[in-house]
Amino acid sequence: MRLRPVVSSMRHYSSGTKEMTVRDALNSALDEEMAADPNVFVMGEEVGEYQGAYKITKGLLDKYGPERVVDTPITEAGFAGIGVGSAYHGLKPVIEFMTFNFSMQAIDHIINSAAKSNYMSAGQINVPIVFRGPNGPAAGVGAQHSQCYGAWYGSVPGLKVLVPYSSEDARGLLKAAIRDPDPVVFLENELLYGESFPISDEALDSSFCLPIGKAKIEREGKDITITAFSKMVGYALKAAEILEKDGISAEIINLRSIRPLDRATINASVRKTNRLVTVEEGFPQHGIGAEICASVVEDSFGYLDAPVERIAGADVPTPYAANLERMAFPQIEDIVRAAKRVCYRSVPLAATA
Amino acid sequence: MAAAANAMNPTVGPTTLHLHGLLFVPHCMHIGNPATILFALTLMQDMDFPGGKISFTTTKSFLPGSSEERVPCYRVLDEEGYSSSNILEHVISKEVALKMYSGMVTLQTMDKFFYEAQRQGRLSFYLTSFGEEAINLASAAALSIDDVILAQYREPGMLLWRGFTLQDFANQCFGNNAGHGKGRQMPIHYGSKNFNFITISSPLATQLPQAVGVAYSLKMDKKDSCVVAYLGDGSSSEGDFHAALNFAAVLDAPVVFICRNNGWAISTPVTDQFRSDGIVVKGQAYGISSIRVDGNDALAIYDVVRSAREIAINEQRPILIEAMTYRVSHHSTSDDSTKYRSTDEIEYWKTIHSPITRFRKWVERKGWWSDKEESELHLDVKKQVKHAMDEAEKQEKPPLRDMFTDVYEDLPSNLVEQETSLRETIQRHPQDFPKDIPL
Repeated sequence: MRLRPVVSSMRHYSSGTKEMTVRDALNSALDEEMAADPNVFVMGEEVGEYQGAYKITKGLLDKYGPERVVDTPITEAGFAGIGVGSAYHGLKPVIEFMTFNFSMQAIDHIINSAAKSNYMSAGQINVPIVFRGPNGPAAGVGAQHSQCYGAWYGSVPGLKVLVPYSSEDARGLLKAAIRDPDPVVFLENELLYGESFPISDEALDSSFCLPIGKAKIEREGKDITITAFSKMVGYALKAAEILEKDGISAEIINLRSIRPLDRATINASVRKTNRLVTVEEGFPQHGIGAEICASVVEDSFGYLDAPVERIAGADVPTPYAANLERMAFPQIEDIVRAAKRVCYRSVPLAATA
Repeated sequence: MAAAANAMNPTVGPTTLHLHGLLFVPHCMHIGNPATILFALTLMQDMDFPGGKISFTTTKSFLPGSSEERVPCYRVLDEEGYSSSNILEHVISKEVALKMYSGMVTLQTMDKFFYEAQRQGRLSFYLTSFGEEAINLASAAALSIDDVILAQYREPGMLLWRGFTLQDFANQCFGNNAGHGKGRQMPIHYGSKNFNFITISSPLATQLPQAVGVAYSLKMDKKDSCVVAYLGDGSSSEGDFHAALNFAAVLDAPVVFICRNNGWAISTPVTDQFRSDGIVVKGQAYGISSIRVDGNDALAIYDVVRSAREIAINEQRPILIEAMTYRVSHHSTSDDSTKYRSTDEIEYWKTIHSPITRFRKWVERKGWWSDKEESELHLDVKKQVKHAMDEAEKQEKPPLRDMFTDVYEDLPSNLVEQETSLRETIQRHPQDFPKDIPL
């Protein structure tokens, strides 16, 4: 077995900041976990010969062979079920959905089998499986390719649901997910794959792992708490910069994990800032923001100086036309306006252009 | 290339063009007049499509949806219990045969009493395997303990064969703490890691692609065992059936799919379930060797499952078995099948084609069984079943803790909090908490 250096993780030990794309972060995490544990294998459409629909599994077929990087016929129900079955018998599958929109064709296996088997079998069958792939909207892919499944999977006991943002998140959380004995739904984002983030030496180490269920405070602030996950973390950070110029100091929480939800970090932050805005790309009803709001109302009601605001995707199937699509998803300006409303500043309710 | 050169040169014979199996239509134009083109074209015998050579034909004909004759059914024992195969007779020892027979009687007896218990309100639900005892015990007997079973729900005989006791069955059904189920599942959803029997899952046919996954794992382990997945005729309509068979073939998975075609899916008869000749013909569509067998013939089942297992393991490929039988049972205790089928039909299959009666005739004729042993067995099993039920009912229910464990490998903080908060509430209001739940 030839050992190949991971494509673009630059292992020069100079003092300059290293950068890594999310794609390479995921690829390197998969590579390292497959090298460490022969039971880990990857399965999905186009993951092998094609190097992955989004090139996340690039180079893995060459390195580990077709037994551990399995190209499948087009049956999500099939390969999800096979993954679950192989996990029942001790393998550690990483099942790729080309997009989580297609996971609906396999959702019974994820929820009724993977999530519930440990409980239903009274601990006799555990399912150390990871379901991963791009989630939520990309750009111009229409209604059936743009839904966010965070809320759906996040509501199921027995599953863990992770939502990485940066490359460090991607590496640390995917490694944790693969090592975890419970089934994990790992929601990536297509538009983040190509984005580069600084990455520490610690995060580049093959033993690096992030704890599941802990949110990260990306930016400290004292006036308002903004929770976000995945691509929206980047938007929230940009919104925070704009808000700062207007004298509003925003604390940005990168959830990293939808289930378990880090209620402790969120509530501690709201108790400090007294105001909360939640941001997500998914549909508003029964969304992640709804759950966070409920949690804060239950635990920190007395600390709120303003009602919680949820920013979510529009309550419509995603339109294709670029102008309509832009209006269907939260933009940085939406986050800024919501933050100001929650601070009782006067702002126009909607975009003027 | 030679073919092109031949095409350009009209003096070269058609066989050379044929050998290469390649069709160069543009080059054929150079051959000359239309007659020559037609001649050349009709002699293009086959084409290298992706996936392999396919020969051409100038006859337009549609493959029929089904053949005139149905796929015949392999049988060894006739209705009177006479065996058509001497070889097979010697393969099954007296010990195995009697274990099979008494297992069939035990299953039938357990079913009778547990069904009644549900009717009396002692159980919430039950599902019987009447009429399908041969499939249960004979297929179990033909497997090894290392073969992993993913059953549907009408195959408790597999567990019985492997050592699950009547007490174990009763404990699961009554949801008490003595079973290994921690009261998590509704009745008949048995599971046993020790006996390589994956816990029953309600949604139909999900066990099929999962069986392929287990087989994939076995393949990687290079174990001398296979996976056996059961399904009913109705389950063959599920999408998962298609996905599983397709994948099993593509992945060369050592899985034996055993379909109990018992004629009914709750109230849906097979004539409304599919238009094919049952399930056996579907195997070929996926590239899987298949066989149809008399599901009420214990010897035939034993023989076929044993062979299928050998092929699956030695040749590392899947096999499909369709066992023809009849669902004497109502679908479950939630069903009264006399509402949609005649009692005459049910009686007919219950008596004339009973797999237990047929097998008994064979073992009796071999001198291995007698009326005396028959009545002793019935009395003994009846006593054991009743005892198991009484004991199961007396057992404690699972403790409160078991509501929270096993959701994840480790108890998550939110559930720890909930349990703590619940216990505090119980302490403050002990009179409101049910007496039969151990803390």
